[in-house]
Amino acid sequence: MADASWLTSFPQLSRMELLTIRKTLDGAYKAFSREYGDAIESIFHPILAFLVWFEKLLINTPWPIIILVIGAIVYFASRSWKLLTGVVIALLLVGFFGMWEDTMSTLSMITVCTLISIVLGIPIGIGMARSDRFQKVMMPILDVMQTMPAFVYLIPVVMLLGIGKIPGLISVVIYAIPPVIRLTNLGIRLVDSEVLEAATAFGANGRQRLFNVQIPLAMPNIMAGINQTIMMALAMVVVASMIGVKGLGQPVLKSIQNQYFTLGLFNGLAIVALAIIFDRVSQAYAKRSQKHMKGAHS
Amino acid sequence: MSNTLIEVKGLYKLFGSNPKAHMPLVHQGLGKDEILAQTGHTLGLKDINLSIKEGDISVIMGLSGSGKSTLIRHFNRLIEPTEGQILVGGTDVMSLAEKDLEQFRRHRMSMVFQRFGLLPHRTVLDNVSFGLTIQGIKKKEANERAIEWLETVGLGGYENQYPAQLSGGQQQRVGLARALATNADILLMDEAFSALDPLIRSEMQDQLVELQEKLQKTIIFITHDLDEALRLGNNIAILKDGELVQDDKPEEILLNPATDYVEAFVRDVNRARALTVETVMQPQEFRITATTIEEALKQMRAHKDDYAYHVTDDGYQGMLSQESLEEYYQEDKTAKLTEEHYEDLEPIAPDAALEEILPETLASDYPVPVVDEEGEFMGSLSRDALAEVLSPEASSEEANTDKSAPSEEGSETPAEKDESKVKQPTTSA
Repeated sequence: MADASWLTSFPQLSRMELLTIRKTLDGAYKAFSREYGDAIESIFHPILAFLVWFEKLLINTPWPIIILVIGAIVYFASRSWKLLTGVVIALLLVGFFGMWEDTMSTLSMITVCTLISIVLGIPIGIGMARSDRFQKVMMPILDVMQTMPAFVYLIPVVMLLGIGKIPGLISVVIYAIPPVIRLTNLGIRLVDSEVLEAATAFGANGRQRLFNVQIPLAMPNIMAGINQTIMMALAMVVVASMIGVKGLGQPVLKSIQNQYFTLGLFNGLAIVALAIIFDRVSQAYAKRSQKHMKGAHS
Repeated sequence: MSNTLIEVKGLYKLFGSNPKAHMPLVHQGLGKDEILAQTGHTLGLKDINLSIKEGDISVIMGLSGSGKSTLIRHFNRLIEPTEGQILVGGTDVMSLAEKDLEQFRRHRMSMVFQRFGLLPHRTVLDNVSFGLTIQGIKKKEANERAIEWLETVGLGGYENQYPAQLSGGQQQRVGLARALATNADILLMDEAFSALDPLIRSEMQDQLVELQEKLQKTIIFITHDLDEALRLGNNIAILKDGELVQDDKPEEILLNPATDYVEAFVRDVNRARALTVETVMQPQEFRITATTIEEALKQMRAHKDDYAYHVTDDGYQGMLSQESLEEYYQEDKTAKLTEEHYEDLEPIAPDAALEEILPETLASDYPVPVVDEEGEFMGSLSRDALAEVLSPEASSEEANTDKSAPSEEGSETPAEKDESKVKQPTTSA
């Protein structure tokens, strides 16, 4: 009779072997981050400078002007007085309950993260739509980015860059960028082939097809992707506050540690308010820009 | 009018992952189904040879799956062929490099699509000027030219609408204006009117014929509708399973179908509308050139028929029957032939559709004379010939047995060119 113990206890690596793997990988990564950490950090320096400047701008500008500017953006995007009124009331309440400064910090963070996600995500999405091979490579990467617990990829980022705004920004972008990539890819692949064929038949080159046909026709999907990206970035704000990102996440974190229910609730509601504002305004804008799709005969 | 502009030579298209490797099988002459079974590749086009004349409307016809849409996409290389050449004015489209191909598409060929292919996010004006802006023409000039073309197709005032706000027929007019605006001399129309209601479709057909008279483009028109093909085409090529089964003038297709397949196709066609007088008339009937009754009667008696047509240097004068000539002869044998001696029979025009002249031809005891616009006598049309060509079984029998029958006249009379204009009933206001 052979020994059957491998059936009951899983034939695993020994503790020593596992330890060696961990030590080797961690050691290598630590060496890497000691060697290149500063260099990589300097790459992100312009973004950090912009982020700091933008945050200061939002905080130091008198609140009535901020409300006025946001209100103007809301109105021009949606042309809806109802939405405008709701947004102004929400902002006034946030300020009234003492969360103005944190909200502005979060707002600046979300805005910059969203912009970076769009700037990186749309070209990647276009690349995926153009090349089946690139799509095959990207799909599993996007799956990992969306399912890997955010805390896990906080670790290497923090090891590399320490705690602060930039690591926070990187982890928010990693978490939030997949929807805009996926929906750009999808949107461009769904463009009516006859319209694209027509453009080709009239002698449009690749660039003309992309900017005259593919991107405009994919816009509803791309806008949906941007909307999702904003929502995910907001959801990530609390997690990012663990590595020193200022804003509404920090009071929430403090409430978890100290069991301050009301403080947590207020700040949570402020995040919700921001989310609703972003969502409604971007959706109203997307809808308005697609008005031509509805005709008398369709 | 008769210069060959486009020539397709030995064009093959095999769809699949590795078409080149399986071409030997195609050259062995295997059918579409066998090739699919053996290789998993679909034979799209097989040895297409076609020449298209400048200024013609050439119709390529076939049912779905016959390869007609594949073929038309080879002309501007939206689809790459597996083998073969397409020469447009001497240049081989297949040899063009990327940039040259773009220039070729911008300036030589434009295209109209079955489902219009308009840009939904752009106004009608921007859609029409699309080809021009692609060419790099300044916005202002492009818009001016686009407005002109919109007015030409009858859509003046719709500039700022979006495609979704227009009806199907209007959208296709936008498609047509867009194609015409680039000033390309070749127009590809891929089932351009198939998605439209019957009434709108025939309006668009009229409009196309009308425009073509003015513009004299070379048009390649794809359709699955034989009536449409007969109405528009100067020439019709019929495709079946990727092969060209017949490439001929419309009346030849109707009267001399090359295969059973074509015959089945043409069986339901309204011949009375599709055929013109000159395609079925007997040409150059016996004619009398005399000036007096006596001479006329002499000429008549020497001929087997008891009727004849009086023709002078001024052209056709009238019809004479032996019976009444004999009577006039009793009265005054030396009298000059004048109008009172003619039978009461109105001549018909060679380019009239058969349905237009049906009643008078059937009512007449004698073959009705055919006289063209200049008054020249061209031939005659008898009741029997008319009845024969209109009965469905006639064509095949007559093609086999009686080669001198109407079917051959098409090749002798060079006047078919105008028939498409006249064939159309006047539906548009």
